[in-house]
Amino acid sequence: MNGPADGGPPPNLDRERLLHHLDTMWRIRAFEEAALRGLADGHVRGAIHPSIGQEAVATAVCLNLARADLLLSTHRGHGHTLAKGADAQAMMRELFGREGGTCGGKGGSMHIADFSVGMLGANGVVSANIPIAVGAAHAIRLRGGTEIVACLFGDGAINRGPFLEGLNWAKIFHLPVLFVCEDNGWSATTRTADLTAGEGAAARAQSLGIPAQILDGNDALALDEAARAAIDDVRAGEGPRLLHVRTYRITGHTAADAAPYRDAAEVEAWRGRDPIRRLADALAHAGVDAARLEEARTRAEAEMADVLANAAAAPWPAPEAAYADVQDIGDPAVRAF
Amino acid sequence: MAITTYLAASTRALAEEMERDPAVWALGEDLGRGGVFGQYKGLQQRFGAARIADTPISEACIMGAAVGAALAGTRPVVEMRFSDFALCATDELINQAAKARFMFGGQAKVPLVARQPVGMWRSSAAQHSQSLEAWYAHVPGLVVVAPGTPADNLGLLKSAIRADDPVVYLEHKDLWAAEGEVPDAEHLVPIGVADTAREGRDLTIVTWSGMRRRCLEAAGTLAAEGIEAEVIDLRTLWPWDRDRVLASVERTRRLLVVHEAVTVAGFGAEIAAFVAEHLHARLAAPVRRLGAPRIPVAYAPPLEDMARVSPEAIVAAARATTAPAAAIAS
Ligand SMILES: Cc1ncc(C[n+]2csc(CCOP(=O)(O)OP(=O)(O)O)c2C)c(N)n1
Repeated sequence: MNGPADGGPPPNLDRERLLHHLDTMWRIRAFEEAALRGLADGHVRGAIHPSIGQEAVATAVCLNLARADLLLSTHRGHGHTLAKGADAQAMMRELFGREGGTCGGKGGSMHIADFSVGMLGANGVVSANIPIAVGAAHAIRLRGGTEIVACLFGDGAINRGPFLEGLNWAKIFHLPVLFVCEDNGWSATTRTADLTAGEGAAARAQSLGIPAQILDGNDALALDEAARAAIDDVRAGEGPRLLHVRTYRITGHTAADAAPYRDAAEVEAWRGRDPIRRLADALAHAGVDAARLEEARTRAEAEMADVLANAAAAPWPAPEAAYADVQDIGDPAVRAF
Repeated sequence: MAITTYLAASTRALAEEMERDPAVWALGEDLGRGGVFGQYKGLQQRFGAARIADTPISEACIMGAAVGAALAGTRPVVEMRFSDFALCATDELINQAAKARFMFGGQAKVPLVARQPVGMWRSSAAQHSQSLEAWYAHVPGLVVVAPGTPADNLGLLKSAIRADDPVVYLEHKDLWAAEGEVPDAEHLVPIGVADTAREGRDLTIVTWSGMRRRCLEAAGTLAAEGIEAEVIDLRTLWPWDRDRVLASVERTRRLLVVHEAVTVAGFGAEIAAFVAEHLHARLAAPVRRLGAPRIPVAYAPPLEDMARVSPEAIVAAARATTAPAAAIAS
């Protein structure tokens, strides 16, 4: 539903804004495809969890946030982080474990954070970012700030206790948090539906009195509208909101997972709903030039090819960095005798 | 100087730090009514419900929210009610609070204090009596503090609140009513510095928290027998005052470590090993540890007592360490 299929009048789209979304989605896709090449070349050292196919969630949520707003992400967070404004070069270096990485090579893909853009961390522990997000919102409240916090998590995360504790907390303290459940249908290699009682994230949020909506996560236009409205509500002091966004990851759980447990037809069906293509089609229908749409992709691919090459040329961190930033009090070094 | 309780000292510490720094706030269950032991009494009336926050019974979220609030620029003081319940917040403390600064390459610190009342009380049984300080001392990123006197509870809690690291702050439940002299003026005790509670030449007893009192009592008995024990209260378990302990054992040539926690893999093992590594040749007797047997704490008083380190047991261990037969043949 990205435009009338019957060739009716083009929808009245905010083209500049949506081109920015498209550019960002391509940058995310190109970043992760480059990271997969980096993994194949042995440069990316640890596990990565690609979000290919889920890019519209990252852009709809994060591009509607202000820079000062805070973001808590997950193990599948490259897209969120890029869309929040983190530097792609520093991110790729982080995946490579190199100097100049967002975390100096100490965190890797699952612990990317960029406090300069309000990105307070991916997380290696499913659901753990939820209490952290509500605490960040609590701090904003105490300071009298106007920022809000966005917290993204997977459908698997709603079966851990911190989901309940965090949503309850956000509601009773009436905190400015936008929760986004990025429901790709899978908890690692098991179907989430087989593990989840009831109707899932939106229903659970509603049971706590948190307004929630179920959305098509591959429809960038509708998602952008919904995210913007929810963020406006949260910013207006109306308390927490939850978006339950249905999408799909095209790759396996990690880059190393060939996902043999999935039906090929299921994957193909979701490929057909590619969120980037759907947005590009909508923009084409609205009269955006094909060359500009193509440029969105080629520019992103060129950028990430450079990012990849530069990361590969970056030095390793100095070994002594392993002793830095442990804690202020007490000597972290085990004394040698 | 005034005589005050360990409990009142902690209330004063938090009040002074909240007065001094608007970024300091406390969160936990039932704080508005003073906290489960009364250590927050009057604070919500004074500072308001936003800064003395009553939370749901959601230990994971209390600790996790404190991590987020610390990353976002405030200085939360977390109340865990009983250290046993802090186990519900293990991920938040160990994987999140202790690691965030390092994992994020130093982009942010996590200045939170996790107050966890520890130790045996009266018939509190296995889920309200534990001393798990060794677990925390094992975790890079955490500071571990265990005050044993009212003055130290004042001065160390203030230092913990001012520290930029996550501090596990272990107050002993059996000490709440303990009285002691506390300075009227601003009182800060540096983290990582031990207190020599009693000087002595014959052996060094290293202890902390609730066992400080028991060791001093034992030292009195030993003195009547002509054994002069030096009692060192570590006060902080990470970092612990290795220099103070080494200097003392260098002189006394004998070491006894006493703690309330289970002996096996307790923090006494770290101290004993460290001293043995450094002073093996100086030691006149094997280092000795005294702690609880490896049993859960029971409810019935006679059973509970089986897990309790008594002054008599400390005296016996000290006698054994100082007896000529204990000497290492050279
Ligand atoms: C507490 C915890 N349990 C298990 C894991 C291992 N694990 C990593 S990702 C994942 C699946 C999470 O599924 P979901 O939350 O739906 O996110 P998705 O991977 O689909 O993005 C699991 C089980 C973990 N990281 N943390």
